[in-house]
Amino acid sequence: MRWLSERFRFLFRSTKGLILTAIALVSLISALFGMLSGPMAEWGIKDVIVRALHMNLVEAEREGRLIILYHSIAMIVIAIETYMIVDLLKVKDNLKVMINSTITIGYLAVILGGLPFAYWGHSWPLHGLYIAGLALIFFAGCTLIYAIWPWREEFKVTDNEYAHTRKGYSLERIAFFAMAAATLISALFGAVPGSYYGNGFETFLAENVVREPVKTVLDLSVIGHLHIMLALIAIACALIICRWMDFKGILHKLAMPLMIVGSLVLAMGTWLVVPFETAAHIVIYGGSTLAMLGALLLVIFSWRKLIRIGLAEKGIKKGNFFQGVAALCRDPLKFGVTWQMVFMNFTVSGVGIFVAVKLDEIFRVWQYMDERSILTGHWHILATLTATILLMYYADFAGLIGKARQWFGWILIIFSDLAFGAVTVYEMRRLIVAEAVQQPLINTTTLLGDIGLGAVLLILAVIMVWRLLDLFKKKGRWRKEADEKLEIFEEVTK
Amino acid sequence: MKKMMIALLSLLFLISACQPVDLNAPAPVYNTGIDPDSWVTIPAGPFLHGQFDEAASIDYDYEMMVTDVTNAQYAEFLNAALADGTIKIAGNEVAAYYAGDEFNGGRHEESIEAGDYILIPLDDEALRLDYSGETFSAKEDWANHPMTMVSWFGAKAYCEYYGWRLPSELEWEKAARGEDNRPYPWGDTLARNNANYLSSRDPFEDMSTFGSRTTPVGFYNGNTYDGYQTLDSASPYGLYDMAGNVWQWTGDVYELQHYRYMRGGSKNVYDNNLRIWVRNNATPTFVSPAVGFRCARQENGG
Repeated sequence: MRWLSERFRFLFRSTKGLILTAIALVSLISALFGMLSGPMAEWGIKDVIVRALHMNLVEAEREGRLIILYHSIAMIVIAIETYMIVDLLKVKDNLKVMINSTITIGYLAVILGGLPFAYWGHSWPLHGLYIAGLALIFFAGCTLIYAIWPWREEFKVTDNEYAHTRKGYSLERIAFFAMAAATLISALFGAVPGSYYGNGFETFLAENVVREPVKTVLDLSVIGHLHIMLALIAIACALIICRWMDFKGILHKLAMPLMIVGSLVLAMGTWLVVPFETAAHIVIYGGSTLAMLGALLLVIFSWRKLIRIGLAEKGIKKGNFFQGVAALCRDPLKFGVTWQMVFMNFTVSGVGIFVAVKLDEIFRVWQYMDERSILTGHWHILATLTATILLMYYADFAGLIGKARQWFGWILIIFSDLAFGAVTVYEMRRLIVAEAVQQPLINTTTLLGDIGLGAVLLILAVIMVWRLLDLFKKKGRWRKEADEKLEIFEEVTK
Repeated sequence: MKKMMIALLSLLFLISACQPVDLNAPAPVYNTGIDPDSWVTIPAGPFLHGQFDEAASIDYDYEMMVTDVTNAQYAEFLNAALADGTIKIAGNEVAAYYAGDEFNGGRHEESIEAGDYILIPLDDEALRLDYSGETFSAKEDWANHPMTMVSWFGAKAYCEYYGWRLPSELEWEKAARGEDNRPYPWGDTLARNNANYLSSRDPFEDMSTFGSRTTPVGFYNGNTYDGYQTLDSASPYGLYDMAGNVWQWTGDVYELQHYRYMRGGSKNVYDNNLRIWVRNNATPTFVSPAVGFRCARQENGG
């Protein structure tokens, strides 16, 4: 019994254990439900899974199923980011316990209620459990913004290296606060249409209505909601990496206002989609440019720091270009998190801007199905890329060192980028190949994408098995981690 | 050595991505036994429309073609219409006059002015027709396959030439679904031998080379072709290929947009796109090897 309670305490009460539990669950869900679509369906694996698990997949409910699946995965990721935030920022212990427990119960209710409801036949109590879970997560978010409220004396910054107001309030904390507050408001834009479900509002996937000339208020609300939630998850991830990298100095002072204003403007832009769809896009471009500039400054800071440390370790005062690159790439995890942010520009931001600029000239001349392929690929890449960044951070504080760290880090970078690159070519294929002769390109990009994602899932599975086996050890890593905080760079406050 | 292997493998992938596709690779020839000149009557009355089963009704009987228009049928039309001057050859395409649409200034709406518009391209290898300079004929092996590489103007011109018209989306949907709420024309579930879709493993498909190709119209009728057993996949009113094979242009012209809508899914999309309510759309000049059409008519000639 004690054996079990000790492990339970680690997995559900410590920050590192909660994150491990959440990653394990999201991995299992992604692996299982990922087998129901795309190439897996093509190869017949979907049929086997559906039969083996007695799933009840009603065709008319596919969109609803996907929405519940996306929410289940997103809620776990939001929980992971929340665990990280309350550990990285100074938060009162009782509030930390309250936030972590609420959000954990919340996401468990979401997946235990939502997924059976969506995939195994409608049981309305399960749907109620799903909704209750979402409500708990919202409540945890409310508690979070209270807990990290930046305008408290005890949170004032004392170190001038970190961005702060004249009165000493931490701009980084304000950035976290702005992101969290914007997330809560944006959640309402999904909750309101959801509450009208069946009363004049029906489920739909946003990529399915892009060409509809007239959209209802509730449609627009959902479209704004999903765009901003994904963007805010990415901004939260960038802020978490700021803490991990101990981002400070002049670049920090420049970046934090950009992050704050960027998050708020971006969020307001997506809210404006409801009343002023056309103008909203300009506001969104403005907000995302600011947030991306903030992230760019983080990248510059991080790379300079990694090069400086790398060169110093080798006793080199001022290295040449190649020594600099070697120093930068010395640690694939610390290099990888910001490299992925740079890579995001090629596969997500760059593609998005190009499509927006050439929309009427190129993409709206194509059939809708080809445009939908871009939209779906676009946000799948953004979501997965953000997940790889969080995984790198996890691998670091899970204690991955030496060759294992090198292998894990480089496999994650190379193979995930291979997959994202291949998917980008796939989704944009009509630019380079006509429909009649597309098959070889599809085969190659699909193969590369599958190899990339397969390798990423494989090393993730290896890490999970390693941590699972560790739980069976009396003095495993878990025992040490049960009381450990995430980061050595604590927020410097009074 | 390792680096060399990686470089070689990468090169191999790139080369395989660029390899040419033989669009004229031989295809089996099957007589499906379904007459592409046949029509069925869809009776007036209520039906369930869309994914969420909205109540709808069509208050007149109408007829629809049992199959998509075939390459042979379209070639016959081109020859007749070319001869009487209804259509013309304009550079590398066949074109015909269209009276234009009302422009309403919708977001992303493009004006469709009165003028000549493309029916089919002549210089696209994916076209399953031959043009001798005077007459059109269906390419060998492809006569009873659905006519593809045809624009919305081309589909409309064909139907109107014979005094028919393209079906509206609602007419199309009722013809595919009947009066219940089935997601597929034949029922609730989809098997690979129900329809031609991406990786449905029909005898015309080779995903390692040219990919998915059209199947002859009415192919999925329960017959066995060289050992390949199909399921009888007609709609409740007896229409074939209402899911898969090729998207089908419909006739509606909507306010605030210039897009024309297609229904039914195609050989190039995953199974979920074959559900009856799924819509595709494109500009009316769009042509594709996965887009065809069929016509509708009413007794009064409407």
